[in-house]
Amino acid sequence: MRLKFFLRMIFYSLLRRRMRMLIALTAVAVGATIISGMVTVYREVPQQLGREFRAYGANLLIIPANEAATFDTNKISDIREILSGHEIIGAAPFLYERLEINKQYILTGGTNFTELQRVSPYWQIEGAYPAAGGREVLIGAQLAKIFSPYEPSEIIGQEVTISAGEGTAMKKYVVSGIVSTGGKEEEFAFMNLDDLQQIVGKPNQISIAQFSVVAEGDSLKTLEQKISSGVTGIQPQLVQQIANSEFNVLSKLQVLVLLVTAIVLLLTLICVTTTMMAVVTERRKEIGLKKALGAANENIVREFLGEGCLLGAFGGLFGSGLGYLFAQSVSLQVFGRGIYFSVSIAILSIVLSIIVTGVASLIPVRIATAVDPAIVLRGE
Amino acid sequence: MALLELKDVSMVYNGKVRALDGINFSVEKGEWVAIMGPSGSGKTTLMNIIGCMDKATGGEVILDGIDLSDVDADKLTEIRREKIGMVFQQFHLVPYLTAVENIMVAQYYHGLPDLNDAMTELKRVGLEDRANHLPSQLSGGEQQRVCIARALINYPVLILADEPTGNLDEANQNLVMKIFHELHAEGHTIITVTHSPDVGREAQRCIVLEHGRIKS
Ligand SMILES: Nc1ncnc2c1ncn2[C@@H]1O[C@H](COP(=O)(O)OP(=O)(O)O)[C@@H](O)[C@H]1O
Ligand SMILES: [Mg+2]
Repeated sequence: MRLKFFLRMIFYSLLRRRMRMLIALTAVAVGATIISGMVTVYREVPQQLGREFRAYGANLLIIPANEAATFDTNKISDIREILSGHEIIGAAPFLYERLEINKQYILTGGTNFTELQRVSPYWQIEGAYPAAGGREVLIGAQLAKIFSPYEPSEIIGQEVTISAGEGTAMKKYVVSGIVSTGGKEEEFAFMNLDDLQQIVGKPNQISIAQFSVVAEGDSLKTLEQKISSGVTGIQPQLVQQIANSEFNVLSKLQVLVLLVTAIVLLLTLICVTTTMMAVVTERRKEIGLKKALGAANENIVREFLGEGCLLGAFGGLFGSGLGYLFAQSVSLQVFGRGIYFSVSIAILSIVLSIIVTGVASLIPVRIATAVDPAIVLRGE
Repeated sequence: MALLELKDVSMVYNGKVRALDGINFSVEKGEWVAIMGPSGSGKTTLMNIIGCMDKATGGEVILDGIDLSDVDADKLTEIRREKIGMVFQQFHLVPYLTAVENIMVAQYYHGLPDLNDAMTELKRVGLEDRANHLPSQLSGGEQQRVCIARALINYPVLILADEPTGNLDEANQNLVMKIFHELHAEGHTIITVTHSPDVGREAQRCIVLEHGRIKS
C-alpha cells in the first residue's frame, strides 16, 4: 500500500507536469537513442565491414601438405565443416596445369567460376565467364595481347586448340572472355575445373583452394589451427596482408565508436542533471511542504531518485526503439543490409539510461534535501 | 501538565536579528489560542519553533512532555510528523496530486495511506465531491479546506494555522472559521496566527506580540 502510493506519487509527478518532464524525457531519449544506435553500430559494423573486406579476395588459402602437388577436392567439404558457424563468402578450388594453347605452353587454371566470382569479385571480365560444360576458356589480358597483338578483344568468340601437350588429343575451345586483375592472373588461361581435370587426367585433384571467410584477426588464426589439425593432407595459410589491415581498421573504428558513446553519455548526464536541477529549484516549495508534513530526507531522496529512474526507464525505452531505427537506417544506407533488433542492446540502453538519470539526479537530490521546511510558513 | 509550554524562549537570526526575546506562555489541552501582532513582530518565527520546523536559540519548549531544545533534526522531523497538524496562509498543496491524494501524502509520510480515511476527512470539510480535482481546479477556500483535512488526518495533538484566512474572501473565511470552531468543540488544541482582530476574537485567548516580546 505504501509502495503503491509512492509509485502513484512519482508517476503523477511526471505525468501531470508534462512540459518540464517532456524536456527531460527528450534529453534521456535522445541519449538512449544515440547510445543504443552506437552500440548496435559498434557490434554490427565489424561484421558488415568484415563482409565488405571480403571483396578484396580470399583471406584463407589451402595448399597441399608434404610437398605434394595436389590434394583431393573432397577436402573442401571437410574444411567447410570446420568453418561452419562463420559465414563463408566463397570457396574457389583451383587446379593449375601447363597446357598447350594454340601451340604455346600456357599455365591454365581450372576452377568453379561461380565460387571464383564470390571469392574474387574484383576480377574484371570483358566478354563472359566460361559457361559450365560449354568448352569455353577465359584468357588473361596479357595473354590476349600475345594471341591477338593488334586488337586483343577480337580474340573473344574465336576458337583455340587446347591439348595437354605433344602427342595428346587436341580439343577446340571458344574464348568466352578476357580477364583483368592487375596481377599474375592476366598471364593465365582459365577453364572449368572438370574440363582441366579431364584433359590432364587428374580427376578430383586440385592444387589450391581459396576461401573467403567472414572472421577477424584472432578468430581467423584459430580457424587456421583447427583446419591444420583437423584435415590431413592439406595446409592452411592466412593471407596476412588482408587479415591484418582488416583487423587494424576495425579496431580503430571500434575505439572511435566507443569514444563517441562515452561523450554522448557524458552530455546526457549533464543535460539531465541541469534539467533535474531546474526541477528541484522549481519545486523548492513542494519539497519544503513535504518536509513540513513530516517527510524525512530519505523520503525526499527516494522520491527524486524514483522520478529520475522512472524518467530513465521511459527515456531508455523510447531511445532503444529509436536507436534501433537509427542503426537500421545507417546499416541500410552504408552497407545496404538490414540488422536484427537486439533485445540485449535494448535492455542495456534502458539500464544505462536508468543509471545515467540516477547519477544525474544525485546533485539535485542533495540540493533538495537541503531545503528548509520553514520556507512554507515564510511565504514569498 | 500543559500540552505546550514555552520558557524564556528567544530566537536570534544570524547572530544579530532578535526575532523573539524572552517568550513565556503555555497552552492547555483543548485550548484555542490566537497569536496576534503586527507584521515583523515574530509570529511566524514562533510558529516555526512550536511547529518543530526550527529550533529556538534560547530557552525551553516542551511539547506533549518532550523538550524540543535537546533533540536533533531527524527527531524534530519525527515529532513534527507525529504531533503537529499544520495549515498555511498560501495553502501549499502538491500541484500534481488530487485533493484526496494530497491528504494521502500526509498519511504516506506518517505511515500507511488509506483512501477511506482520507475521504472521511474530506467529507468533514465538505469536499467529498471534489476528491479527484487537482488544486488548480479548486477555489482558494476549497484548497484551504483540503489543507485543514490534511492537517487532521494523522490525529495531531496540536493544530497550527498561520494566517489561515489571510488569502480568503469573507465567505470562505467564515466557512474556515466554522470548521475551526467545530474542531475546537471536538476537543482539538489549536493555535492560530493572525493579524486580523476579527479572526483573533474567535479564539478563547489572545497572545499579542510586539518586537519579539509578549505585550501586556
Ligand atoms: N530566516 C530569517 N533570517 C533572518 N531574519 C529573519 C528570518 N526570519 C524572520 N526574520 C526576522 O525576524 C523578525 C520576525 O519575523 P517574522 O517571524 O516573520 O514576523 P511576522 O510573522 O510576525 O511578520 C523580522 O524582523 C524578520 O525580518
Ligand atoms: Mg508571518
